[in-house]
Parts: sequence; structure tokens; C-alpha cells
Amino acid sequence: MLRRRRFRFAILALLPTFAIFAWVRMGPIVQTMNLSVRDWDLIGTNRPFIGLANFVELFGDSLFLTALVNTAIIAFGVMLLTIPTAMVLAGLIHYRTRSRFAGFYETSVFIPHVVSLVPAAMAWKWIFDAKLGPLNALIVSLGGSPQSWLFDPNLALFSIIVLCSWQALGYAVLIYLVGFRNLPTSVYEAARLDGASGIQAFRFLSIPLLKPITLYVSVVTLVSGFNVYAQAFVLASDSQGAPGRQVRVLVLDMLENAFRNYRVGYAAAEAMVLLLIVLILTGAQFALLREKGNSK
Amino acid sequence: MTRNQRKATDFMIDVGLVLFGLLMLAPLLMLVANAFKSPAEMVAWPPTFIPANPTLDNFRSVLGETPLLLWIWNSLSFAIMSTIAIVLTSSIAGYVIAKFPFRSINVVFALFLATAIVPFEVYMIPLYFQVKDLGMLNTNQGLLIGYLVMSFGIFLIRQNVLASIPDELIEAARIDGAGELWIYWHIVLPLLRGPLAALAVLAFFQAWTSFAWPMIVATRRAAYTIEVGLALFSTGYTVDLGKLSAASACVLVPSVVAFVILRRNFVQGVASTGMKE
Repeated sequence: MLRRRRFRFAILALLPTFAIFAWVRMGPIVQTMNLSVRDWDLIGTNRPFIGLANFVELFGDSLFLTALVNTAIIAFGVMLLTIPTAMVLAGLIHYRTRSRFAGFYETSVFIPHVVSLVPAAMAWKWIFDAKLGPLNALIVSLGGSPQSWLFDPNLALFSIIVLCSWQALGYAVLIYLVGFRNLPTSVYEAARLDGASGIQAFRFLSIPLLKPITLYVSVVTLVSGFNVYAQAFVLASDSQGAPGRQVRVLVLDMLENAFRNYRVGYAAAEAMVLLLIVLILTGAQFALLREKGNSK
Repeated sequence: MTRNQRKATDFMIDVGLVLFGLLMLAPLLMLVANAFKSPAEMVAWPPTFIPANPTLDNFRSVLGETPLLLWIWNSLSFAIMSTIAIVLTSSIAGYVIAKFPFRSINVVFALFLATAIVPFEVYMIPLYFQVKDLGMLNTNQGLLIGYLVMSFGIFLIRQNVLASIPDELIEAARIDGAGELWIYWHIVLPLLRGPLAALAVLAFFQAWTSFAWPMIVATRRAAYTIEVGLALFSTGYTVDLGKLSAASACVLVPSVVAFVILRRNFVQGVASTGMKE
């Protein structure tokens, strides 16, 4: 009797949240799957089932393939730049916890992560500007030749990686700091008594002990890298000023297919490819974690 | 290592970290500085870092030429509504999932977590058509539909309920004859003040900085959020860097101030995203 009453309350209390979830999360996810195997031109009412034709077409579509390659380069570039930097930085900040500037270290690294994307991208757009930017001014004063950072396709990719890493760093440092604080101090004490230097302790204790955190942060960074959009949109306008054209990324390509080319089914297929990438990355993270657990 | 050597190393590390911190802040500081430059100084070569003759002209013309304040208002009301919705849904769902261990409830929780893996960008196009069918394009309610719930919020509250609210407390209230809703409102919620504040700050910043969703839902100039307004302003009818910087600074400075004030809540919230494993 009591149990039943409690169960009724639980169901009623959970119902509104569940209904919203079904409406704005599960429903659209199922819809994406459904649309990805259909042909829908946005105007017509019939959406014929066409099997995997959208996916087959995608892998012959040079715009999509360019977007896929660019996005992958950005995601992995950001990860390779962010993770080692964040780990060393967090190690140093943790080591200097008692410094009077400790608050400043954490805050200054974290602020780029919380400021709005577009104003931040605006700041970098000026830094990278070929004619007016301080980056080229610095290069020239050091005797180099100015580069067109945002118009050369390779340099533009690089610029986006720098901007995204600048933003991703704060999150990674914060998670690593939590990790460092949870490490057992006794192990470090023992290492110090055995005469290990700080660098040795970092290399042979911190890096292996923090491996689960490294895996987690790497996957989070990669996944958000694959969803890059605003940064490319603002930084990489082409010479006519059309936003995001210089460096095509997946989300941009998807939105253009849906809203400019009116090919919603095709765009949904792209979304499914994005989902598949994310699932593979997350799956790899869990597999690597389990492997580590078993070897113990 | 001698004491002096150790002190010297610590000093070097401090210097390095201070320099790195300043480097991280430099782009934002330069942006704010640019907002005060005259057009002539803006195109001067080599670029200056501190404006020689600071002027407010950029701010004046940006506020006169664009509905900047309206865009900020749109973002603000959208972010506040989203925060309220996420705090409400997460607190009740997180509590129920933590303290009512029925099998069907656990299945629902697994479903919530499963959707968390799927990035918003994957299902935002079908969601757009739902909003369109409701006639809510270019409205704040339409924007809100994308940001009503947060899987991570439910997870965060569940963890905190498990960790900090003992079963005995709830049992005792039940024996005293308290109703379930009363227990949630008068016992559970006050005990969750810390995590709820962290979640609120997280939810607010998530909505405030959202980009792709407002980009497709708000297509009329009057409905833009500040992020969309700035992005289209930068690529649209003007490439005046001074004005752009002024507009950006208007957005940047309040959010940095808000962050510094709410830093503790924020850091707690973000740090707990790493506890998933």
C-alpha cells in the first residue's frame, strides 16, 4: 500500500520531465534517424524511403568530404594542442596552490572558456588579420614575412585550431586540477624520499595515475571539436565576406544542405555520420578504460 | 635540492604562470582596447595596444545603429527561462531517480543518460521543424524549446542527493506524516542549495553562449540573440572593426564580471562534469 503510493508519486513527479525529454530529445533523435533514409525536399509532403542512398551519395560528395576532413583535423588538432598543455599547466598550478596568485592562474585560464563565442572569435579575427593584426606585426618585427592567416586554407584551419584550443584549455585544466587534488599524497611522499625530482614524479606518477582523466578530457575535447561551428563561421569568411566558406565544417555543411539546398533527408544523413563518430569515440573511451581496469 | 634552489624554482614557475595567464587574457584585453580606438588609429600600422586618444564614438554609433540592447535582452530572458526550466526539471527528476529505486525509474534514467551522448547538432534540424510547426520561430519560447532540459543536470542532482541526503531523514518525515511533495519542497530542495546554484550558473552560461540553435530559430533581426546578432553584424553590412569591438565589449565585460562573481559555483559545476566516470 505504502509502496504503491510512493511509486505513484515517483511516476507523477518524473512524468513532466520525461514528457519534455521525449518531446525535445528522443523524438527529434528518432526523427533524424528516420529522415536520414528518406528523400525530403522541404516543400513536398511525401518523403519516400530511399534506403541508404543518402549515405552512398555523401561519400561521393566532395563538399561533405572536405568538411569531414577539415572537422577531423580541427578536432584532433585541438586535442593534441590542449591535452598536454592542460596537463602540464594543471600540474604547475596544483604545485603552486599556496602561491598568492593561485586564484589568478585558475581564473585567467578559465575565462576564455566561459566568454561568449562570437566576441571571443572577434578578438582573434583581429589578431589574425593580415593587414591590421598584431600577429603579423610581431612576425614582421622579428624579420619574417606577413601571412594571410584567414585566407590561406591551411593557415585558416590552423587559426581555428588555435581559437578552439584557447577556449578548450580552461575546461581541461579544471578537470585535471580536480584529478591532481584527488591523487594520493602518500605516493608522492614516497617518491620524494626515494629522491625523485618533481619532473620525474610528474612523468612516472602523475601521467599514469591521471590516465582515466586524460581519456575523459580527450574524448570531451574531440566530441566538441567535431561539433565546431561558430568559430569557423566567424573566423573563416571568404573574400566576399560569406561566413564560414573558407573552412567548411560538418555542422555548416549540414545546415546548408537543410536550409539552403532544401535537402533535409540528406542533412539528416550527415547528422547520423556525426552521431556515429561521437559514438565511436565514446565507445573507444570506455573500451580503453575497461582495458586498464582489467590489467590491474 | 637546497632551500634557495627550491625558492628560485618556485619563483620561476610563478613568473611563467603569470605570463601564461596574461597571454590567455590578452585577446580579450586587446578587444576591449580596440573598442576605444578612433577609426584612424584602428587602421594604423603597426597596431597599438593602448588607445592613444580613447573615444566613446564606437559605443555611441553601435548603440544607435543596431538593436544591441534588444539582442542582449533576448539573450538574457532566454537564458533566465532556460535556467529556471533546467533547475526545476533536474531537481525533481534527480531526486526521484536517487530515492525511489523502482525498476521502471531506472530505465527512464538510462534513457536520459543515453540522450546525453547525442550532440545537440545531430537532432537540431527535426527539432527546428517542431518549433516551426508550433509557429514559434523567431520567438523566445521557440529558443527555449531547445534548452528546457539537461541530462547532466539530472545526473548532477542525483549524485548530490545520493551523497548528502540520508534515507533516514526522508523516512522520519514520512513517519511524521509529511506528504511526498512536501518532503521534496521543504527538506530536499533546501539541502541541495549548493549543487542547484552550480547547475543554475552552468545552465545560464550554456544558453547565453548558444549559437547554432538561435542561428536557425531566430532569423528576424528583432529576434536575434546577442551571439547571432554579433556574428551576422560582423559579416553583414559593415566590417568596421572599431564598432565590432565596441559591440563585443558590451557583451564581454558583463559576462566576465558575472563569471568572476559566480566563479565558485561555476567551477564546482564544471568540475563535477568530470565525475561521470
